[in-house]
Amino acid sequence: MSTAQSLEYDSHQDSDAVHVHVMPAWVLLTVYGVLVVATIATVAITLVDLGIMNIWAALIIAVFKAALVILYFMHLRYDSLFNGIVLISALGFVMVFIGVALMDTSEYKSNFQPPGTRMMMSSQNGL
Amino acid sequence: MSAIEPNVAVAAVPHGEEHDHHDPNLAHHFDTPDQQFQTGKLGTWMFLATEILMFGGLFCMYAVYRHSYPEVFEYAHQYLNRYLGAANTVVLITSSLTMAWGVRAAQMGNKKLLMIMLALTLLGAAGFMGIKSIEYSTKWKEHIFIGSGNLYYRDAADTVNRTKVQGLEEEALHIREPVEAKEGVTKVTSEPRDPNAGTPDEAKIVPPNITPAGLAPTVAVATHHHLSYDELESQERHRVYTFFAIYFFMTGLHGIHVLVGMGLITWILIRASRNEFGPTYFTPVDLVGLYWHIVDLIWIFLFPLLYLIH
Repeated sequence: MSTAQSLEYDSHQDSDAVHVHVMPAWVLLTVYGVLVVATIATVAITLVDLGIMNIWAALIIAVFKAALVILYFMHLRYDSLFNGIVLISALGFVMVFIGVALMDTSEYKSNFQPPGTRMMMSSQNGL
Repeated sequence: MSAIEPNVAVAAVPHGEEHDHHDPNLAHHFDTPDQQFQTGKLGTWMFLATEILMFGGLFCMYAVYRHSYPEVFEYAHQYLNRYLGAANTVVLITSSLTMAWGVRAAQMGNKKLLMIMLALTLLGAAGFMGIKSIEYSTKWKEHIFIGSGNLYYRDAADTVNRTKVQGLEEEALHIREPVEAKEGVTKVTSEPRDPNAGTPDEAKIVPPNITPAGLAPTVAVATHHHLSYDELESQERHRVYTFFAIYFFMTGLHGIHVLVGMGLITWILIRASRNEFGPTYFTPVDLVGLYWHIVDLIWIFLFPLLYLIH
């Protein structure tokens, strides 16, 4: 292993080279450390009762971890912008899909759950 | 994953100027290795986008059911072992690290390190499947596997089945154990217990009729910790098995992806052993790596959503 931080494989024979960003070892290790700490944090946070914020805390940590994996392990940060657009649009459509489905479910919720039961309480306490 | 294999033999390339040494890794329809590499990457990202959309459908199913039956999720997830889930998260993250390191090794032309890292990644994947199979077989033994064999699939009015469910709760969840011991860990210690606890039928009927002061603590206990089957509404009891259907569907599809990943990594490992990769050609390593990371990424969401319901 060399000590190179980031090397570009520029060849002497012009077009024979693939130009890439080699991820430095310390970046990989740091990202890994943060991911493990975030995993512990997401378990620990369930021991605290935050009401509806528990699910949001879990999701925010998950999105944070996902972003680290995408940007550094999948090196999208140093990749073509277009690949990022492909990813973001897929995620965007999934969010639209789930969002609209949930809106629809909310509309019908009162039809299949008798009012005044515990369901009323839980709708305040959690998803 | 045809995008991964641009290693098509260059059959006949009469490309005008002949410098005889033609890169065997460069397919004839690409001008440069860089163009080929970028194309492969774009193709893989397209594929990953379809993966995200496919899992998106399952996450949508999850969201709708959890939104409709929050208590079912809170109750049923107690059967999942969060420590095994957390261990599997760390195993998968570690294998993601070794995969990323393997790509780095390939880019730097370090064949030995690449092979070590791929082997470690494979080991992590096997470890993940091992832990997963422990979890699945526990569910199988507890009769909470997928389908009509699931204890919760039956009608809640069936008293024989209800006794079985309560027996399972006692054995697997310890719901009916002395509550003080448990609540000491969480923050509910100060909350008074329902005096009717242990006599399920009355516990269900009496609390709403007593004073508001008596009602509040019961609700608080019910919605926050150690929900039991008896505390669920009857329309919720019918839905408990749906949680297990969702759990097995999502983790099962993810598990299949892990198995596919293991196959791909083995393939890369064999090719690496044949000296096929180096600083000028490492595309397959990189693209399999991307796939492996997306498998990790999906688990990053599955873990808190299934195991850590509060």
